Amino acid sequence: MIAEAGLAALWLAAGLAGYQLLLMIMALRSEVAVTRTMRAVAVVQGALTLVAFTMLLVVFARSDMSVALVFANSNSAKPFIYKVAGAWGNHEGSMLLWVTILAVAGAFLGLFSRRTTERTLVAGLGSQSVLALGFYAFLLLASNPFDRLAPAPANGQGLNPLLQDPGLAFHPPTLYLGYVGLSVAFSLAVGALLTGEVDSRLARAMRPWVLGAWILLTLGITAGSYWAYYELGWGGYWFWDPVENASLMPWLAATALLHSLNVLAARGALKAWTMMLAVIAFSMSMVGTFLVRSGILTSVHAFAIDPGRGAFLLALLAIYVGAAFVLFAVRGATLKEGAPFELVSRETGLVINNLLLSVILGIVFLGTLYPLLVEAVSGEKLSVGAPYFNAVAGPLALVLAVLVGVGPLLSWRRERRPVLKHLRVPALVGATALTITVILWPSIGILPRLGLGVGAFLAGAGILPLVGRNPLRAPLATWGMVVAHIGIAVALAGMAANGAFTRERLAVANPGQTLSVGPWLVQLQDVTPTAGKNWTAVEAELRASRGAGPVFLKPQTRYFTDPPTETNEAAIRTFWNGQLYTVVGKADPGGGWQLRLWWKPFVTLIWLGGAMIALGGALALLGRLLRQRRRGGASKDWRRERYA
Amino acid sequence: MKPKNQRLLLVVAAVVAVLIAVLLGMWGLRGQASFFYTPVDIASGKAIDGRPSRLGGMVEKGSIQRAPDGVTIRFVVTDGKAQTPVVYRGIVPDLFREGSGAVAEGRLQDGTFVADTILAKHDERYMPPELGNLAAEHKVGKTLEK
Repeated sequence: MIAEAGLAALWLAAGLAGYQLLLMIMALRSEVAVTRTMRAVAVVQGALTLVAFTMLLVVFARSDMSVALVFANSNSAKPFIYKVAGAWGNHEGSMLLWVTILAVAGAFLGLFSRRTTERTLVAGLGSQSVLALGFYAFLLLASNPFDRLAPAPANGQGLNPLLQDPGLAFHPPTLYLGYVGLSVAFSLAVGALLTGEVDSRLARAMRPWVLGAWILLTLGITAGSYWAYYELGWGGYWFWDPVENASLMPWLAATALLHSLNVLAARGALKAWTMMLAVIAFSMSMVGTFLVRSGILTSVHAFAIDPGRGAFLLALLAIYVGAAFVLFAVRGATLKEGAPFELVSRETGLVINNLLLSVILGIVFLGTLYPLLVEAVSGEKLSVGAPYFNAVAGPLALVLAVLVGVGPLLSWRRERRPVLKHLRVPALVGATALTITVILWPSIGILPRLGLGVGAFLAGAGILPLVGRNPLRAPLATWGMVVAHIGIAVALAGMAANGAFTRERLAVANPGQTLSVGPWLVQLQDVTPTAGKNWTAVEAELRASRGAGPVFLKPQTRYFTDPPTETNEAAIRTFWNGQLYTVVGKADPGGGWQLRLWWKPFVTLIWLGGAMIALGGALALLGRLLRQRRRGGASKDWRRERYA
Repeated sequence: MKPKNQRLLLVVAAVVAVLIAVLLGMWGLRGQASFFYTPVDIASGKAIDGRPSRLGGMVEKGSIQRAPDGVTIRFVVTDGKAQTPVVYRGIVPDLFREGSGAVAEGRLQDGTFVADTILAKHDERYMPPELGNLAAEHKVGKTLEK
């Protein structure tokens, strides 16, 4: 019954999305007042998808094996939290989560949006429902999560143990919230292009959505990077895996959009460009979903599914992106020109930021899709990995990081003051850092070396917007910008330190034997069997010391039974100046065990920087929302209208 | 600057940026993309020595040999038609076994494939798509269940 209720809710929601489309067409063709109906329908549609998703959670929590999806992805012996999380750890469930977030975002837009004109809001809500409609069709026609199995099997097939991790419970939903948050920016842009009302009010309406989505994407990418780091046991934090790129591309586009929205909001300039970025940002989210969910990639995350679904998703993607670009081509040129600005101005700085981000986005996009393109054209199989991305995107990212230090110092419209004077101190700091690396470590790579120099420069330059004024009276949004920009410097320093100073040791050790890695002496004390709820493992006991008191680490190799799989559970110990990372491998016929040890100085700065970037975004969002509340001018008009 | 000229300048800048991205990308791809080969491709001389590439196939039964240092292994990858010897230093991944599918990333040196990374299928259902095709073509190993 529960599964059927979920399915019924999904069908009803799809019907309402179709109704919203009709309402939008009516409103745009004539002056029919449909705003209140539209808002209400959007809210009900969101609620229905929530019902459907809750029903899926319930069948997973109860391990109802008569539902095909539960049978294929769960097992009653699994810990409860992973039973529930298993609901979105698979293809159908994650698509349901996607459409749920899409519809709930539409509901929030319907409930709270007061800044755009009514016509743009109606068109935006219509666009949002058209987006949802496609994914409802995909779920209902091609991947129904509520399908039943005729004789209910006794127990399920289980969940990939790599995914049985607390990270799984939060990582995909966070990224999805980010992806789908961008759908609102897309819908508002489409709505504004339809009505021709692209102005600073629209930018202010879009900004909280983009900021929110961007914060979640930043958190999702940072957390995903750490998850891969400790769960895969390979010691790396970013593999340029297509699925990682799938989350990086929307982030790059959203970062560019965030900055150009500021120009549109403050100065009314860059209208067409901002609308195009809004379209691209969500298109990248859909490309990401397509890459991950169609199963066409060689990747840890790719699931093998039938090609019909991939074709369905590709068709959806082509229709939405194509239609949005056609609309942009038709309406973009008719937009009024924005306010002019001079060559040296904050606007120009932000344009350069946007261009660099777009070039990096293009490079990542090309590298990610090139293998698919080549295989489709010539049948040859190839892959594009870290060497390409690091060599091509790395230097551009460094240039961008330098400019991040300069841009915020420029004033709007035109810059008359000698800004470069302020940059003397940070430039000196950066140059000093660079010189020190040349003297102390002559043999490290060029990118890590420059990374350390640029990081030091940016850490100094990033704080300048707060210098020369009372920092406590600076707007929260300015604080947010400063924190995020310094976060870039911190993450950059972490990546550079990891690239330059990591020490690795790979060897076989017999119990009692000691290996050295970096400043550490690591002794293998014992290897013992151990067990968990649905796994058995061998556990190595390591005693590590560097002068002061020893620390103990217990890496494991785990063996899962349902389905049969092994995983490496790395043991990681964090210190103020780095992490000691240990993995136990296979037994050696001579009685020893393979050990892989890393000493990674300051590697934690990478994720600390990521967290700072997200925190900066959160401060900016808070600042914007508080200010909106204080002013409240526009919203009062709306309320009056609504209750009149 | 007149607003109209300014807009034109912005459009030109955007087009130039796209061109730069494409040119940089193509330049990088020419040097860095790594092709996927099976042993029969290597036997017929398709792979260039020293270029980053990937090798896929089944690990031949009885071919895994450990070096005395305990962390270097040598094994033979086969696609049913030809064999390629592989050498790898590191901890082999979960589910790397004789008679099972694997993909090695690295480069060919004097007829031996020197692997930097070895990927095996991650669980009973997932397998790199390239190997899925291989299994279908040569009727070796497990095909994808779904």
